[in-house]
Amino acid sequence: MLMRSRQGRHLITIFATVMLLVVSVPRAAFAAIEIDITQGNIEPLPVAIYDFIGKTDKEQEFGRNVTQVIVADLERSGLFRPLEKASFIEKITRFNQAPRFGDWRILNAQALITGQVTVQKDGRLKAEFRLWDVLAQKQVAGVQFFSDPENWRRVAHQISDTVYERLTGEKGYFDSRVVFVEETGPKDKRVKRLVIMDQDGFNIRNLTPGDSLVLTPRFNPKAPEITYMSYAGGEPRVYLLNIETRQRELVGQFPGMTFAPRFSPDGQKIIMSLQNGVNANLYAMDLRSRTTTRLTNTAAIDTAPSFSPDGQKITFESDRGGSQQIYVMNVDGSDQRRISFGKGRYSTPVWSPRGDWIAFTKLAQGRFVIGVMRTDGSGERVLSDGYHNEGPTWSPNGRVVMFFREQRGENGGPALWSVDLTGRNERKVDTPNFASDPAWSPLNK
Amino acid sequence: MMRAILRSKSRFPGLSQILAAVLMLGLAACAGTTTRTAQGTAHSNAKPGTKEDFSVNVGDRIFFPTDVTSLTDTGKDTLRRQAVWLKTYPNVKIVVEGHADERGTREYNIGLSARRSANAKAFLVSQGISTARIKTISYGKERPVAVCDDETCWSQNRRSVTLVTGAVSS
Repeated sequence: MLMRSRQGRHLITIFATVMLLVVSVPRAAFAAIEIDITQGNIEPLPVAIYDFIGKTDKEQEFGRNVTQVIVADLERSGLFRPLEKASFIEKITRFNQAPRFGDWRILNAQALITGQVTVQKDGRLKAEFRLWDVLAQKQVAGVQFFSDPENWRRVAHQISDTVYERLTGEKGYFDSRVVFVEETGPKDKRVKRLVIMDQDGFNIRNLTPGDSLVLTPRFNPKAPEITYMSYAGGEPRVYLLNIETRQRELVGQFPGMTFAPRFSPDGQKIIMSLQNGVNANLYAMDLRSRTTTRLTNTAAIDTAPSFSPDGQKITFESDRGGSQQIYVMNVDGSDQRRISFGKGRYSTPVWSPRGDWIAFTKLAQGRFVIGVMRTDGSGERVLSDGYHNEGPTWSPNGRVVMFFREQRGENGGPALWSVDLTGRNERKVDTPNFASDPAWSPLNK
Repeated sequence: MMRAILRSKSRFPGLSQILAAVLMLGLAACAGTTTRTAQGTAHSNAKPGTKEDFSVNVGDRIFFPTDVTSLTDTGKDTLRRQAVWLKTYPNVKIVVEGHADERGTREYNIGLSARRSANAKAFLVSQGISTARIKTISYGKERPVAVCDDETCWSQNRRSVTLVTGAVSS
């Protein structure tokens, strides 16, 4: 039995300090940049993002790269419209000087981001930025970050998160990662590997070598670890994998196949299906004591369990009533009740990290739809319709859903897509090969 | 003053939510059937007691309707033949693989195909084959044998396959 280490965070330390800067700016009438991300039909906010300045060539190159990542993050969110650099009038040369707001107002920029990159004496990178309200003519945020130079992309994502949070009031999701199943080879002989990448598709690397069939990776919300199903040794079972040390661990010895695992919000429990003859029922395993608790006991396929973020409830799918439907129960297995009542088969329920929605896959009339419903089953709506969409996962802030979409044809395969909670801003997530079963991480620590 | 509005009240009260119904225009190009099912074509060339003999002369797989895991009459006939063959070669062990078509979600299909292999195993046991000789494994939709986008392929993938694994006479 292995001890559970909670000290595995050897990620980079990035310090963010808020700079309270007094910049003398003439007072203007009140302007309000408002992004209401709960509405489905927003106009993206025009924002000017000036290449972060630097003194040396190297600093300037870092500056351009960091800026490029911020532009891409904000644009992909669908909430911001970065303006063409070629249209910029003012040439910004000094970070500590207020911009000429008129030069930006004329471009209809509502927000302006300026920044500077400095390589410190100890070799670390310092990236600082200011967010300006062009109409109010004032600075509304200013933060500096320090990191190892190789982690410059994370710094850029953190700046994007800071801007997102300042302008929407919600936490961002850019400094996060996605684990998914990479698929190569012909359709009837697929090789599947677990792969991890930044949420924007960069820094991609393999987690498993492709020697065994692997499925349904899910993040530990509290540690750099995933749980997944593997057919290693010809025995399909649930495993844990530390994504830093690559240490793999079998989750318990059971008399049958274990599958569809997911962590509890505190990272201390795994819930999963255990196959027992013709039935699959749900079990919870405490990872410290290794004790197992049976949660459901029906002549049915009970699977795809997912905790509510407060750890008090579990949603899952079951065909106990004759077809796949979504159920909710208390964490001890009591009070099991069906919540999906629309037309079709409902599956793969995933509780939003905000607690307000459950995302699911629905099969109806030969189509596979990604949708969301309230946790009591009300308010169902479709986010993405099509021939075959499956397997939703939530962004850390509960505003974006990623899923995979199968492409038809003998040579077709799955790809990752994302869509806003509002059903807008559907985007393909580029991966080098076919990709399925995405799992979005919490914000990086 | 820059300010973020997060309440669910709309800035655009007149605009109702637009649910993007992105109708994926599937290229409905069915690639035809590329199947390797060995059913039906009885060959006498296979040496008795071999894997080939089993798959060709007995029939190594049975099929299921959509979202169904109970055995069809045809399936039971095949399993009866398998049981007879297995009694003839009592040292042989088998793995019963359960499979599903691609038109289901991943986790459910794992459970569904486990039911198929479990039902096939139970039938073989009812025909007098020892459970000790039978292992089951569920592949869900992960191992299709036919890869087109219509029922002609899906019906071949909804299957239970009996693999002869140990102590085959040669």
